[in-house]
Amino acid sequence: MTPPLHARGLGKRFRREWLLRDCTLTIPEGAVVGLAGPNAAGKSTLLSLAAGLLAPSEGSIEVLGRDPMREPSVLAEVGFVAQGAPLYRSFTVAETIEFARRTNSRWDKELVADMPTRLASRTKVGALSAGERARLALALALGKRPRLVLLDEPFAGLDPLAGREFLQLLMDGVAETAATVVIASHVIADIERVCDHIVLLTGGGVRLAGDVEELLESHRILMGPRRPLGPIRGVSSIVRERHSGRQLTLLVRRDGPIHDPSWTVERVGLEELLLAYMAPERMPESVPRERLPLRWHG
Amino acid sequence: MIEFHLDPRSGVATYLQIVQQVKESLRLGTISVGDQLPTVREVVADLAINPNTVAKAYRDLEREGLVVARQGRGTFVASTLAPAASLLHYEALRVELERWLEAADRAGLDEESVRALISATLRETLARRVA
Repeated sequence: MTPPLHARGLGKRFRREWLLRDCTLTIPEGAVVGLAGPNAAGKSTLLSLAAGLLAPSEGSIEVLGRDPMREPSVLAEVGFVAQGAPLYRSFTVAETIEFARRTNSRWDKELVADMPTRLASRTKVGALSAGERARLALALALGKRPRLVLLDEPFAGLDPLAGREFLQLLMDGVAETAATVVIASHVIADIERVCDHIVLLTGGGVRLAGDVEELLESHRILMGPRRPLGPIRGVSSIVRERHSGRQLTLLVRRDGPIHDPSWTVERVGLEELLLAYMAPERMPESVPRERLPLRWHG
Repeated sequence: MIEFHLDPRSGVATYLQIVQQVKESLRLGTISVGDQLPTVREVVADLAINPNTVAKAYRDLEREGLVVARQGRGTFVASTLAPAASLLHYEALRVELERWLEAADRAGLDEESVRALISATLRETLARRVA
């Protein structure tokens, strides 16, 4: 089956600066993908390339098996919500939906009518709250029954309740359409509730990618008294090492069970795992750099 | 009807939390054979989680023979996890554990120390069993 999104050696340069470089990734069908990474990591660039708004400087990107620049017809099956959910402020909610119905070749009127958007149809877009505007933009993206939904920082400016309502609408849409979803967010807490797949970008490259459950299963936190570090059975690499007083805390990738009783072994949460991969520069001098898995494509 | 709740800080995968909560309810007898589990869309609407996660949890429960999915109607409890004997065991073990906790208290262990001791002992015991 063709993956909904596939990039090979993808790069985008702006003047002399690479916004995205050597990016190779495949997003599996039906996944809800968290596109994580600090600001300026290349998340928006990747989404803009996928939405056919930018042309690659090198490499290639395929959306539903097609090149979005050469075959823009594929975009009829892609729902894209740009940062800040731009909409016409003077339209009412109903007019906005009608406009979307007329301008999209694929449109499912009943789907949109049944969506739990909780919006009054006569309200002007300019009078909507940030959360309501985000839900309207999402309803428009879902209305075309897309096979792929791309969302760029949809939680920016939303309070926690509005964020939760947005997720409910999105997940209801996923249950209804079985679309693949990519959500770019620099706040991991906003997406960890829903994503089953993670792509972590740092400095314009893929730092970590894979199935969330497999990633959490293959990493552990080890805590124990500070001591010189030798090989630990079951540990394939150390992602992060922290000392505090006489305590040593490691975040490790494992390739087997860790039974060494001198360590307390704990599972790691997604947020902590991604933060550890985002900040390898905190590695102490004493640990050889090659212990770090520098790049891993899932 | 069972209502799921999520603890995002637990470090336990969301689908496993659902599986565990169904099993817990089966063990405690709060749901039993024939009862319907909430539909995927109901859980999604309630918890704002990925429908794939709910489907995965239900598939796991089905594979274990605990629930059965009926096309277009929903997912129903197919067997129970609460034989009377195991509940009796629980009670005896609980009383023993209570006594042990009192002894720990008399020995001056605070809650944190008790937790640390229990989890370390559990870990070592499990490791010995595996070895």
